[in-house]
Amino acid sequence: MDRHISTPITAEVTRNFHAGDYVYISGVVYVARDAAHKRFMEVLDRGEELPFPIKDAVIYYMGPSPAREGRPIGSAGPTTASRMDKYAPRLLDLGQKAMIGKGKRTQEVIDAIVRNQAVYFAAVGGAGALLSKCIKKSELVRYGDLGAEAVLKLEVEDFPVIVVVDSEGNDLYKTAAQEYVG
Amino acid sequence: MIRTISTEEITVNIREMCIEANHYLSPDMGEALKKAADAEQSPLGKKILSQLEENLVIAGAEMIPICQDTGMAVVFVEVGQEVHFQGGFLEDAINEGVRQGYLEGFLRKSVVGDPILRENTNDNTPAVIHYSFVAGDKVKLTLAPKGFGSENMSRIFMLKPSDGIKGVKQAIITAVEDAGPNACPPMVVGVGIGGTFEKCALLAKQALLRPLDGHSQIPYVRELEEEMLQTINQLGIGPGGLGGTTTALAVNINTYPTHIAGLPVAVNICCHVNRHVTREI
Repeated sequence: MDRHISTPITAEVTRNFHAGDYVYISGVVYVARDAAHKRFMEVLDRGEELPFPIKDAVIYYMGPSPAREGRPIGSAGPTTASRMDKYAPRLLDLGQKAMIGKGKRTQEVIDAIVRNQAVYFAAVGGAGALLSKCIKKSELVRYGDLGAEAVLKLEVEDFPVIVVVDSEGNDLYKTAAQEYVG
Repeated sequence: MIRTISTEEITVNIREMCIEANHYLSPDMGEALKKAADAEQSPLGKKILSQLEENLVIAGAEMIPICQDTGMAVVFVEVGQEVHFQGGFLEDAINEGVRQGYLEGFLRKSVVGDPILRENTNDNTPAVIHYSFVAGDKVKLTLAPKGFGSENMSRIFMLKPSDGIKGVKQAIITAVEDAGPNACPPMVVGVGIGGTFEKCALLAKQALLRPLDGHSQIPYVRELEEEMLQTINQLGIGPGGLGGTTTALAVNINTYPTHIAGLPVAVNICCHVNRHVTREI
């Protein structure tokens, strides 16, 4: 099932996703990975505000290559999401609704997805050039000192992702392989 | 007859190779992806493989790196023992080539200076360099930028001799199964068997450099490569780990003599963005 959706992604929207759906996202997506997530935790521990509104936010786990002149961004494919497993449940509990990455998540993350009616999308790993063409604008939000790990705000158009973990906790990585076991 | 090579020439070549490796794969890789897309049984898997092929075309045509993880630079230097280097220190020249290549090529700076303190070096150096001496008066450079999605899934197993070939097969399959979607399948699996702890790992990394249509010259090893590829493609992991019949494009195995008490096995997983460029100077 192919769906075209626009951000913000609310629980009303995520409730209709099923593991295996092909979704095209348009709108605002925030970028953050390992080092930025560590700082998010420190910020929250100090009782301060995160660098962007977390409610219904989509966070893309990604670190781009530098943009050539005249382009919004360089190569921009997903990074391995399990490295953010330590941080994701806290952000989901604060209202984040979607994560884009690739690779398996822990049960703690899946439980957080279910209790918050959120979603985990996979983008195609290694398709960095193709995915960069779906990014129309990229703006530095915070932590420029982190270079490729800085927090960015992207405007995306028809960014292709696959629902891997839906709001009921179905996990495509667990179920998909069984069909093709030889 | 001593042949003098300037280290400046090494820098220039390394710089160009960094840019080339990140925008164009060797022809055997594109061919393998095309064959895989045709043969793949899963419709979603087929779609993903076609997108990976399209990605390669876009990368070369528009000079966008194939993958945003432009890797840590791994360099193999085979020095003919009649070569004399003139100019600065060879290692500095190689790192300068990486520095320039990653800057001018708009490649990502993905190296931290200390594994615990983790401050980015901002120029993708230092490279990891492996030197060897060979006969003759040429220098053969191979640059193989290694992304860490797949590198993180690599494993080493210090087996007992009594574990035998059965233990070796189990080790390879365990590494691939544990990697699953995280290593961006379809994978290229490099295996080292024998040597010492570090030699084994190096054998596995070197196995990733072999053209995909190549195979071991040792008959039982060739059989093992073919068998392992078949077994891996029956695990069902598929493109992107989302199910299918293409989990690996090749399994390449290198062997080396080892100690009477040991059977080291290293599995260096690479994703489908298997980058390596070789030049002879």
